Amino acid sequence: MTIEFLILTILGLTAYSFFLSKRKASALNVINPLDVHSQPHYHGLFSAILTIVPAIILLFLWSWLENSIFKSNLESYFSDVVDPYKINFYVSGVKSFVAGASDTLMNHSNFSAAVEYYETSTKMSLALKSIVIVIITLIAFRYSLNLVTAKFKARDLVEDIVIRTMKYASIFAIFITLGIVLSLLFETLRFFESVAITEFLFGTHWSPQMSIREGQVGSSGSFGAVPVFTGTLLISLIAMLVAGPIGLFSAIYLSQYASNRARSYAKPIIEVLAGIPTVVYGFFAVITVGPFFRDLGIFFNIDGFSSESALIAGSVLGIMIIPFIASLTDDSLSAVPRSLKEGSLAMGATLSETTTRVIIPASFHGIVGSFLLAFSRAIGETMIVVMAAGFAANLTANPFNAVTTVTVQIVGLLTGDQEFDSPKTMSAFALAFVLFFLTLILNIISLSIVKKFREQYE
Amino acid sequence: MSNIIQRNKSEKRFQFYGLLAVGLAIFLLLILLFKIFSTGFSAFNQTYLGVKIQIEKGENLAELDARSTLRKNLRNMFPEAQSRSDKKNLYSLFSPGAYIEFEEMLEAYDGDVIDGYYYFLASDDLDMYFKGTVTRQGNSAGRIKPSQMKFVDEFVKMNLIELQFNRYLLGSADSRNPEMAGILGAIYGSLFAILIAFVTSFPLGVLTAIYLEKLTKQNAFSDLIETNINNLAAVPSIVFGLLGLAIFLNFFELPRSASLVGGLTLGLMTLPTIVIASRSAIKSVPPSIEEASIGLGSSKVQTIFNFTLPLAMPGILTGTIIGIARAIGETAPLLMIGMVAFIVDIPQGPLDASTALPVQIFLWQDSPERAFVERTSAAIIVLLIFLFLLNITAVYLRKKLEKKW
Repeated sequence: MTIEFLILTILGLTAYSFFLSKRKASALNVINPLDVHSQPHYHGLFSAILTIVPAIILLFLWSWLENSIFKSNLESYFSDVVDPYKINFYVSGVKSFVAGASDTLMNHSNFSAAVEYYETSTKMSLALKSIVIVIITLIAFRYSLNLVTAKFKARDLVEDIVIRTMKYASIFAIFITLGIVLSLLFETLRFFESVAITEFLFGTHWSPQMSIREGQVGSSGSFGAVPVFTGTLLISLIAMLVAGPIGLFSAIYLSQYASNRARSYAKPIIEVLAGIPTVVYGFFAVITVGPFFRDLGIFFNIDGFSSESALIAGSVLGIMIIPFIASLTDDSLSAVPRSLKEGSLAMGATLSETTTRVIIPASFHGIVGSFLLAFSRAIGETMIVVMAAGFAANLTANPFNAVTTVTVQIVGLLTGDQEFDSPKTMSAFALAFVLFFLTLILNIISLSIVKKFREQYE
Repeated sequence: MSNIIQRNKSEKRFQFYGLLAVGLAIFLLLILLFKIFSTGFSAFNQTYLGVKIQIEKGENLAELDARSTLRKNLRNMFPEAQSRSDKKNLYSLFSPGAYIEFEEMLEAYDGDVIDGYYYFLASDDLDMYFKGTVTRQGNSAGRIKPSQMKFVDEFVKMNLIELQFNRYLLGSADSRNPEMAGILGAIYGSLFAILIAFVTSFPLGVLTAIYLEKLTKQNAFSDLIETNINNLAAVPSIVFGLLGLAIFLNFFELPRSASLVGGLTLGLMTLPTIVIASRSAIKSVPPSIEEASIGLGSSKVQTIFNFTLPLAMPGILTGTIIGIARAIGETAPLLMIGMVAFIVDIPQGPLDASTALPVQIFLWQDSPERAFVERTSAAIIVLLIFLFLLNITAVYLRKKLEKKW
């Protein structure tokens, strides 16, 4: 019996109990049909739920327990190995050998014994699991069939379960946030055990490469994150300088000047820019924008122009966030009451004067909010900067030099060979923690600004 | 107050700035698309070299060694290639894939005599030269040395060099040889991941939206969930990648690089988008319909599942498709959970190690071989076409199914 067969059996029993209970409910022998509380399919649904839920809970519990027991038992076979990473390596070697994914017997005296243990015990466990689960499902199945009577309130119960499920589903979103905060916080706190928090926040030298072997000279890591933060800021500011004017003026033109027809064509086209995956922008930066700026740099004879300069990454990032600014600003401009605009026009002001002196001041909160949202998106954007900006952390405000960003460092630290528990790996979580809170604060501020502005005219 | 002529002038100037900004945005989009399409288009064809194959009667075709037989026939075509280095240069014009193609041809061949010209896959260097991506300087072009160029010129003279449809690009997984590299493995990885993301986020998102919209009164709890979801929608995608790394890989110990983990991570990322879209779709169902249903004796849950949800479905689906389309193009979270590896096998299930299409693009653009540039663009073209189709579906759904009340 394989696990797939077990699951199919459970599903089959569930479907069967649905139909059986439904049939029994429709054939209920009562004098007045109104005496039956619930419609037949509610009886069926309740039976199905009663049949499948114990089986699923048991299946998960069993698999979870089984995994942890096997893991500790397997580890005891390799207890003479000191390095915990190496033990893990052997354990996963045993698992993949039994699964047939590899056929290499690893070089350890207990390896074949461990394989034998794992093979027999997984087989045993599966057989036992299948028997227990099928029996319990059958009991639940039989019991649920007994419940089908005229007075049984199947509908109330089913609806109660549905509402509860919805409630738990909505609580799940809170768990995601909690999961993010906790998983980041946990590693960050461990990181600050080995590196002082003041060094991280105020140090000006970032080179996380730790010595791989103990006693290796000249490569102790230093974790002053200031150059990473300034690099992020520089690139995001350049992006805002590109996207701000283009987005703002596009929004003004589309909301105030363009005909409905032109607007209905231009708006979706600009929004296509928001739908293009960021990895495509990164590629665009590498093959087109980079060489273009490099040629410009040679033409104007700019010294120290790096091929991974902040200017390249920033301007491509700017192209990406144009549609965010354009559509959010457009919304705020359109939300200004017509009476204000028409009043100004009736006083003899031109449309541009109306826009700059009436509409923009009236929607100023919304525009600021949209700029903040776009800025937070620029800070959190990863692929463009990974592909177009460098990994070297330079503390500079020169847009022609290469700088690095928080996201680039996270990717660099967590891809490739990782050593678990090293400050290098954990520093990525600390950076992500800063990134998460920075964007969170920006979002909360901008959302509340936008909300306040919206209420102002409602 | 300045005079009217000046004011009208500045009015015109202001309008021109607006037009310029719109034009610039559209121009940048067109440049981007033009650059990608013009670079990537050539990757759908690839260079093949013709070889005169002569195999006499009496040979067992299936047992012939493809490699040495092909090389022998090549030497027969160029008897002047006598020295070791000359032979090596001649062979290196072909891709390792040429021998595999020849082997397949031998296995599938019916008769017992082969005599004629057959075309085999050329190396990526020759491919780049023949397509004109690298220009010829004297007797060398890119990585083709003068000692190889004399054979290339022979092939050109005999008219035995031609472009054929690139069956590797859409039909195989990644490879170290650009001419044999394809995106099929990555497409499978993406499909598995997206399927899992949809299966996890769609039910959760719709149930959450129904609960928030219909089943709870506005109180501190619902406010908390609402702000929470709005903020989750703006969390950088890489943070979701770290969440996936911490929860699915380190805590639940799911296999690294598996599209299952990628799908779950993308699902968490898409959830807020689906909730927000579903809520606005549910909100737009007129209350009169629901009140009529309640008035006829339906319970609240019956009303929701029989009337509200079916009527809101087009809007919900549109929002879901847009969210899924964004998840397909997402790269950063997948890098965090190790879906960034060189994988030559096409994944058979969501537990196999795989990459995804955007990750494949990221990996290829990092490769030093010149031939990967056009293949990266071609992969982007495939990705963009896919996203375009998804978005068209979303727009179509919104136009066709949405009722105006």
